Amino acid sequence: MIDLSTTYLGLKLKNPIVPSSSPLMQKIDHIKRMEDAGAAAVILHSLFEEQITRESEILDRSLEQGTYTYAESLTYFPDLKDYNLGPEGYLEHIRKAKAAVSIPVIASLNGASTGGWVKFAQKIQDAGADALELNTYYVAADVHQTAAQVEAMYLDLVRAVKASVRIPVAVKLGAYFSAFSNFAARLDDAGANALVLFNRFYQPDLDLENLDVVPSLDLSTSSELSLRLRWVALLHGRIKADLAVTGGVHTAEDVLKAMMAGAKIAMMTSALLRDGIDHIRGVLAHVEAWMDQHEYVSIQQMQGSMSQKSVAQPAAFERANYMKVLRSYEV
Amino acid sequence: MERAKVTWDGNESTAYVAHQLSEVIAIYPITPSSPMGEWADQWSSEGKRNIWGTVPLVVEMQSEGGAAGAVHGALQTGSLTTTFTASQGLLLMIPNMYKIAGELTSTVFHVSARSLAAQGLSIFGDHSDVMATRQTGFALLCSNSVQEAMDLALIAHAATLQARVPFLHFFDGFRTSHELMKIEQLSVDDIRALIDDDLVRAHRARGLSPDHPVMRGTAQNPDVYFQARETVNPFYLATPEIVQKTMDRFAQIVGRPYHLFDYVGAPDAARVIVIMGSGAEVTQETVEYLIARGEKVGVLKVHLYRPFSIEHFVNALPKSVKTIAVLDRTKEPGSAGEPLYLDVVAALAERSNVERLNVEHVIGGRYGLSSKEFTPAMVKGIFDEMKKDKPKNHFTIGINDDVTHTSLDYDPNFSTESKETVRCLFYGLGSDGTVGANHNSIRIIGEDTDNYAQGYFVYDSRKSGTMTTSHLRFGPQPIHSAYLIRSANFVACHQFSFLERFDVLKSAEPGGVFLLNSLYGPAEVWDHLPRTVQKQIIDKKLKFYVIDAYKVAQETGMGGRINTVMQTCFFAVSGALRVPRDQAIAAIKRSIEKTYGKRGEAVVQKNFAAVDATLERLYQVKVPDQVTSTFDLRPPVPPEAPEFVQRVTAAMIAGAGDDLPVSALPVDGTYPVGTTQWEKRNIALEIPVWDEKVCIQCGKCVLVCPHAVIRAKVYDEKYLAHAPQTFKSTKARWKEFEQMRYTLQVSPEDCTGCTLCVEVCPAKNKTETRLKAINMMPQPPLREPESENWKFFESLPEMDRTQINLQLVKDSQLLEPLFEFSGACAGCGETPYVKLVSQLFGDRAIVANATGCSSIYGGNLPTTPWAANADGRGPAWSNSLFEDNAEFGLGFRLTLDKRLEYASELLKKLASTVGGELVDALLHADQSNEAGILQQRGRVQLLKEKLANDRSSAAQELLSVADVFVKKSVWIIGGDGWAYDIGYGGLDHVLASGRNVNVLVLDTEVYSNTGGQMSKSTPRAAVARFAAGGKPLPKKDLAMLAMTYGNIYVARVAMGANDVQTLRTFLEAEAYNGPSLIIAYSHCINHGIDIAKGLEQQRLAVQAGYWPLFRYNPALAAQGKNPLILDSKAPSIPLQKYAYNETRYTMLTLSNEAEAERLLKLAQEDVDRRWKQYEQLAALKYNGEGK
Repeated sequence: MIDLSTTYLGLKLKNPIVPSSSPLMQKIDHIKRMEDAGAAAVILHSLFEEQITRESEILDRSLEQGTYTYAESLTYFPDLKDYNLGPEGYLEHIRKAKAAVSIPVIASLNGASTGGWVKFAQKIQDAGADALELNTYYVAADVHQTAAQVEAMYLDLVRAVKASVRIPVAVKLGAYFSAFSNFAARLDDAGANALVLFNRFYQPDLDLENLDVVPSLDLSTSSELSLRLRWVALLHGRIKADLAVTGGVHTAEDVLKAMMAGAKIAMMTSALLRDGIDHIRGVLAHVEAWMDQHEYVSIQQMQGSMSQKSVAQPAAFERANYMKVLRSYEV
Repeated sequence: MERAKVTWDGNESTAYVAHQLSEVIAIYPITPSSPMGEWADQWSSEGKRNIWGTVPLVVEMQSEGGAAGAVHGALQTGSLTTTFTASQGLLLMIPNMYKIAGELTSTVFHVSARSLAAQGLSIFGDHSDVMATRQTGFALLCSNSVQEAMDLALIAHAATLQARVPFLHFFDGFRTSHELMKIEQLSVDDIRALIDDDLVRAHRARGLSPDHPVMRGTAQNPDVYFQARETVNPFYLATPEIVQKTMDRFAQIVGRPYHLFDYVGAPDAARVIVIMGSGAEVTQETVEYLIARGEKVGVLKVHLYRPFSIEHFVNALPKSVKTIAVLDRTKEPGSAGEPLYLDVVAALAERSNVERLNVEHVIGGRYGLSSKEFTPAMVKGIFDEMKKDKPKNHFTIGINDDVTHTSLDYDPNFSTESKETVRCLFYGLGSDGTVGANHNSIRIIGEDTDNYAQGYFVYDSRKSGTMTTSHLRFGPQPIHSAYLIRSANFVACHQFSFLERFDVLKSAEPGGVFLLNSLYGPAEVWDHLPRTVQKQIIDKKLKFYVIDAYKVAQETGMGGRINTVMQTCFFAVSGALRVPRDQAIAAIKRSIEKTYGKRGEAVVQKNFAAVDATLERLYQVKVPDQVTSTFDLRPPVPPEAPEFVQRVTAAMIAGAGDDLPVSALPVDGTYPVGTTQWEKRNIALEIPVWDEKVCIQCGKCVLVCPHAVIRAKVYDEKYLAHAPQTFKSTKARWKEFEQMRYTLQVSPEDCTGCTLCVEVCPAKNKTETRLKAINMMPQPPLREPESENWKFFESLPEMDRTQINLQLVKDSQLLEPLFEFSGACAGCGETPYVKLVSQLFGDRAIVANATGCSSIYGGNLPTTPWAANADGRGPAWSNSLFEDNAEFGLGFRLTLDKRLEYASELLKKLASTVGGELVDALLHADQSNEAGILQQRGRVQLLKEKLANDRSSAAQELLSVADVFVKKSVWIIGGDGWAYDIGYGGLDHVLASGRNVNVLVLDTEVYSNTGGQMSKSTPRAAVARFAAGGKPLPKKDLAMLAMTYGNIYVARVAMGANDVQTLRTFLEAEAYNGPSLIIAYSHCINHGIDIAKGLEQQRLAVQAGYWPLFRYNPALAAQGKNPLILDSKAPSIPLQKYAYNETRYTMLTLSNEAEAERLLKLAQEDVDRRWKQYEQLAALKYNGEGK
């Protein structure tokens, strides 16, 4: 009997496949189907701090726009008794998801200011989420802002959230840090229970016909996995926090690679959007078959087996690797 | 028992009682009563119960006539039923009111009394409407104040159950309906205690039921009708005493005594004024002031006007009275006197047979029509007149009647204001939040202190860039001052630009406080003040404060809303709360939390931030002792404006319309066109600036500009010789005008800054893509040079209409608009269509305009946007009513058709004089294009010349009708409230008439003008007034209904989605020799969108298939083709992508997510189903096709 189980954020998971945070999670039905297909846990779509602020501001603007200008139409809308502004809808979604499935439900919070994070994190915990993933989407565009300031901002956020909740906290990051290993270690010190590598940002595209900048997000491919593998492999065993791979996980092979590099779980979304939620079932079957074929008894056995600490050529994950690739083109 | 104190207006106070005491409420919006219906609807949708523990059923009807019918039906089946209305709405209820009274049915209609449309419409208050119902058999009960509106509403509901006579409870529109006043709220126990459930059950038992059938509403013959009509007499005789007893019982419970006629004054008064409504409060204040100074005067305040109890009336009068003045707030031209006066005269005449009365004079007078101010000075003027041996009868007060000399003189400086009452005046801009903040301020004062408090708000007649004036009073004494503040301890001007337009310090009291929102700091502001302002600050020794509120608002995320900043300043410098600053700040924050809390933390925090950032930026200005300014207030209109505009319009623009004498005004409501051009409002902070190098000359910006402030001309280069230095010009991008020049010019002083033009501009700057061919830039530095350019641009010749290809947007936008600079909302979605009509057909159009937004921005004084061209031709415009617009426009057509027939007959008769060839040409002219019309104009001119010297009666007759030979274009324009609801019956009939009329429905999907009430055009899932829980049913498909006739041209357009289709539709509809119906998507502030994105929403509406574009042209059917052409593609995005950009939809997701989801799903099904229907209809094979 092959043991696919793993642990992540202190949670016992039946296997390492976890659908990552995406709009798919907005439907409870999808979450149920994920559980049915074998997902070990789910990361809910993100609660955006800006979205709440924005909803509130749009409502306010619409209710105020043009009011008290003309005697016949002093206001334009009935000002209803209550509005579900703020995270209520999201919290309700957590409650519903918890009631609908028995796998762990990890909420996701996306924001930038210390104040907002802390308050919402507590509410998410109270709504019953098993853990929290902090999604830090921040583009350091200000030419006056230093790397040290950006890193300090992240660390403050993590400390503030950690101080306010009891549930485990994972931090999902982008790849653009100049000294990532050091930063990862400091996030570890700040109390992050896991690092999720890496966020795939919406990237701006240029519309040549209309001369507009348009946001674009293509589905990932397995080719994006290597960046994740490198950093998981580098960090494995060097920090206390769990590591998770997100971005580029499509196949059973991708999952196995993630595990061997040192990840506790492998997250998936693009593959599910492309091939449907049932894709999980097939990947799990393949993972099991591969392990069977290669005589692995458990996932935990392979976790970190090809991390930088464990491989024969540790330099392969560093600069030497670059030289090697270049040379491979010298035919 | 301690009752809650609330700061409410008359509408809310009345609706509060009516909702508690009703089972069924049938409503229809009409100013100023709409808020009563809105409250009732909102409370019911929130599940608020009446005193019997059930939620009243609130139903919106298609008209007040419909509401009255539904009320009648609900009453006849035994429900406790009420309605709210005013003005024309009340007139529409009259037929049912006779029935309801004739059948002795208990009900209360609550009316915020308003003027009736006569020489002009007015939304403001007087008793003309109520007086038109005094013959119906309803009891008429009048409340004179906000507190009374609540109290007498209850007394009316209680009394009608016992009396069986229906009641009309009324109070003054705006003055009472919209005045915020601190009052005592009746508790549910109070209301409960006054209502007798046995009477309720008796009312129910009288209802029609098949379980105990009876008949009501028979037809009666000469033998019994008369006697049957007299059967009700005992009920009317008993009613006054029933009302008095109910008042007495109310007094026992609540402690406020009322009488049918309340006398206040000296017990031995010789002069007594009889009056009802808010004017009674003013009179009382004056009487009390005069008595304190030893005068023997009094006021008899009328509450129960019908049934008029002579006995109660005479008993209420002091026996000492010698002279009585009866004041009526209405006018009955040609009568022996106004109604209350006649009643008083009759009462005294009857009573003099019984007892010896010493009354020597009874005089009647009119006051306060259409909310004309009625002040203690006027009351004093009347009392003074009453002292005379022969006081003037049938007088007017408050105006200068220099024609028939009815008006009384009075000293306008007479004042009764108590020294203890603080009076504050605020001048704000509609969009800056001033009024909203003052609502809060007066509530804070009313609820956080022991003071009495009153707030009243005045608006001008525009929907954009309006000046608002807030009048706040508070103090330890009860406030009876139902008139505007004329002498203020505190004046705040929230807009710097007002200083040079209005005399804002006119009402400032010596030693008072002046607070100014100024971008100039305390050191430099003085030099930017006009002389008049400087002089008054010095002379009146005003304490002068400045704050840069816009800066604080910007910095704290408040955008252009300076309400919180200015409110904080008000409390800081006025000391209104008489508490330390930090406590005042805490009170403001509590009020912010209360008002905005439910809109989310972010909004509250932003307002808190504004409060916190304010005080350190508030400065007192050290006032110099010399007037130093080199400029003064600007004249309201330029010197080149025509005589009428100089003499009359200018006074209205300057806010001095009250001073115009009767002789200044037209006798029949006829006004000159094209007057908006003289009122330069300068309301845009930024205006579009043209980049001629980037522009592709597509004309889209000109087309969509709601205010006709951006225009294009193609002209000969020679004209540039005298162009101003900064005037821009470039080569015209037309093959046929290759040698000519092109200019796109903006009128800087008329622009509202809405940015629709920039949004629609398709051309981008290739080196800096954020820039387009037009870009917004700050207005102030551009004002002078661009005004000069605009003047020059206007002097360039208009395009020759015959040289233009009207099928092209680019060409059509070279046509002169004859609808310009309207006061519509900035970014209005309706006016671009109206303007297009004026461009294409304006020089031969006659427009019937339904009441609504389009009649307000189209025809509200002081100025009108409908204009004439250089030949003096242009749209002739009129507004009849709300409900009859289609019929009104048909009348125009009937005249034209008949006149053409008559003219043709005359022409044939005069063939020998005129010449056969010209006769033939005139009768058979092809006027299908501009060239043909121009030729026909030439022929008519020739005809006139030929007839000029013929004195025969036939020739003279023909001369008077000859213009009809030039094709005229009849346009019937209105909104969806008219076309889908109140006017639908008439519209249907007119469309079915087959006559050549063009109907343009400006579809905003709600009653926009009255603040967004649901119409049958409102889409499913949208929140609107009267649909606070989201509209549960789909939008009516007016186009589909019209298509069923087969001979009506029907089209649906959305300019933002397809401007070419819009243009073609207008041309085809007008060309079609029969009825045409164009339904135009009009984005609106009521949709809860960023109005600059209105055109984008139109595009999405079409893409989602929510608003399919099509034309149904019966002319095609005549050619054997399918008349229906779909001009848009099958839905390509889900409805949600369009709908959820609009707060009218998303509001429901925030208040009731599950319901929003359910309704959106159904709405999507509506879209899918309708699209399929259209698609199938468009695919049908007609005779000539696909055999």
